[in-house]
Amino acid sequence: MENSVLLSPADNHQKALIRKLEQEAGTSISLCYQCGKCTAGCPAAFAMDFPPRQVIRMLQLGLTDMALNSNSIWICASCETCSSRCPRGVDIASLMDTMRREALKRGKTDKKVAAFNKAFLSNVKNFGRTFEAGLLLRHNLVTGQPFKDMELGLPMLKRGKASPLPHMIKGRQEMKKIFERVDQFGGEQ
Amino acid sequence: MKFAYYPGCASEGSGIEYHMSMERTADILGFEIQELEDWNCCGATSGHNTDKLLSVALPARNLAIAERSGLNMVVAPCAACYSRHRYAEHTIQHDPEMRRKVEQVLELDLAGSTETLSILDVLVNKIGTETIAAKVVNPMTTMKAACYYGCLLVRPVEHTGFDDPEDPQTMDQIMKALGADPIDWSHKTECCGAALVTSRPDVGNPMLYRVLKDAKESGAECLVTACPLCMLNLDMRQAAIEKQFGEKLALPVYYITELLALACGDKPSQVGLEKHFVEAGTYLRTIQVRGAEARAAAEKAAQEAAEKARAKAEAAAAAKAAAAAKKAAKAEAASKAESADGQAAPAKEAAAGKPAASADGDQKKIDAFVAAFNKNPDKMAAKLVADEAQAGILVSALDDKKKSKLASLMVKDMELAKKAAAAYVQQELKKQGECQS
Repeated sequence: MENSVLLSPADNHQKALIRKLEQEAGTSISLCYQCGKCTAGCPAAFAMDFPPRQVIRMLQLGLTDMALNSNSIWICASCETCSSRCPRGVDIASLMDTMRREALKRGKTDKKVAAFNKAFLSNVKNFGRTFEAGLLLRHNLVTGQPFKDMELGLPMLKRGKASPLPHMIKGRQEMKKIFERVDQFGGEQ
Repeated sequence: MKFAYYPGCASEGSGIEYHMSMERTADILGFEIQELEDWNCCGATSGHNTDKLLSVALPARNLAIAERSGLNMVVAPCAACYSRHRYAEHTIQHDPEMRRKVEQVLELDLAGSTETLSILDVLVNKIGTETIAAKVVNPMTTMKAACYYGCLLVRPVEHTGFDDPEDPQTMDQIMKALGADPIDWSHKTECCGAALVTSRPDVGNPMLYRVLKDAKESGAECLVTACPLCMLNLDMRQAAIEKQFGEKLALPVYYITELLALACGDKPSQVGLEKHFVEAGTYLRTIQVRGAEARAAAEKAAQEAAEKARAKAEAAAAAKAAAAAKKAAKAEAASKAESADGQAAPAKEAAAGKPAASADGDQKKIDAFVAAFNKNPDKMAAKLVADEAQAGILVSALDDKKKSKLASLMVKDMELAKKAAAAYVQQELKKQGECQS
């Protein structure tokens, strides 16, 4: 039974979730007629467990958990090729984006991608800007790969392409407040 | 013309050459850029991966700064910054509920009056390629460049819209204005792997490799980009890709603004060329030499063609004069014969009718050739010029006058038509050489 799939209509909970995803993504999954053009053009499909067309199909069938658990949403590079080519105007990239955020709320993520995003945004919150060198270093330490990209670090410093200290903006208090207020709106956007 | 300028975080680190060459480009072309005061990071992919409201609020703070400064056109050279600011503008203008939330988060009102522009849009549609071409002093003649647009400059169309999402041309047009030969290739809008090359190299590296490999296989000798993340991947990580896939690529990568400034007379150090990872100076010196040789050869060929044409014209004039003299003598003899015998006249008329009819047939053939030129110029050019590149030049040089001239020559004498076609090619090459020098 573990591998079997329940094809009965989605329950109300799933339907509500799908409606929410569609609304936030500003698109409609029922438009999709499964032509597969999104998958054909997807430059990252080779690394996905389910290519974009199948992710959309899961949502159409109400298999929300399966869709949110798939690694595809974390492999997606947000290149927008699928959305720009879809003959039915389904904004697949926006849907992927929305699903990533939903999965994140549920604590389901690709650890490396999530660690990178967290480090990135903490830069923005504290300094107002991204501190590239610090970001890479922190990311590599957090993900347990301290020697990754080591061959790039020194040459970057030498060439003046990596600032050893972060650039801080004056409006750092403003930035903190932006992050706090967004948190207060929490989850309903 | 004055723009607000959003440099983006890369301008302070990995993309410092983009910032340097952007300032040089504005200076050279005579437009003003005013850096947004105390701008913040747009949140990039991490922002929209995490929270939609945050992903709009971060760029919206910058847009509010632009609105306060009274500058509504914001140039954002980084493709990702450009995309996030366009997304925020679009949301502020079309989603009233989201706009209210953003205004609450920022504690200020937004007018939604800004328009963020990419550097390609600014250069082609606000400044113009003629203006750029007029400033070129070191043309990039014979540079075989793969113009790489990547994702966010052309997608999604509703936020970008200044170029075609599948086969964009603006960067190609700028490169042509600089005298280069942009190549046609299939991966100009394929994703380079973006942040995945850093966060998930197992996924990102093959994506990056495919872009580099297609450029190489399509005959490119270098890549041109308008995005600091594409540059970081294509340039800084090229050595690692060569190692992983066991293939020598050796493709220098340039920002479009670097090439523009260099073609307009800047020194490499002014745009930060020495900061690249794949050595970028040697190729530029190579094309300077190669370009000068090509221009000299084109000039010589054009001179020779002109010489030949002049000699031919002289010979033709002499022949014409001789024919006229002959005709006059004949006419005189005929009039003498006519006065001698009245019945000769109808016979002469009948004889004259024949060539008239055949001329009519010729005209039909000529018309058919002209139609063929209009319908399928490449095929017709190939008939006249054996070399493919020259045939291409012939097609670009053809106007109605040249088409009808070639058509009539093709009817009369194919060899003459071929010679004329060759002369047109030389003329065009010379013209291009003059534009560039």
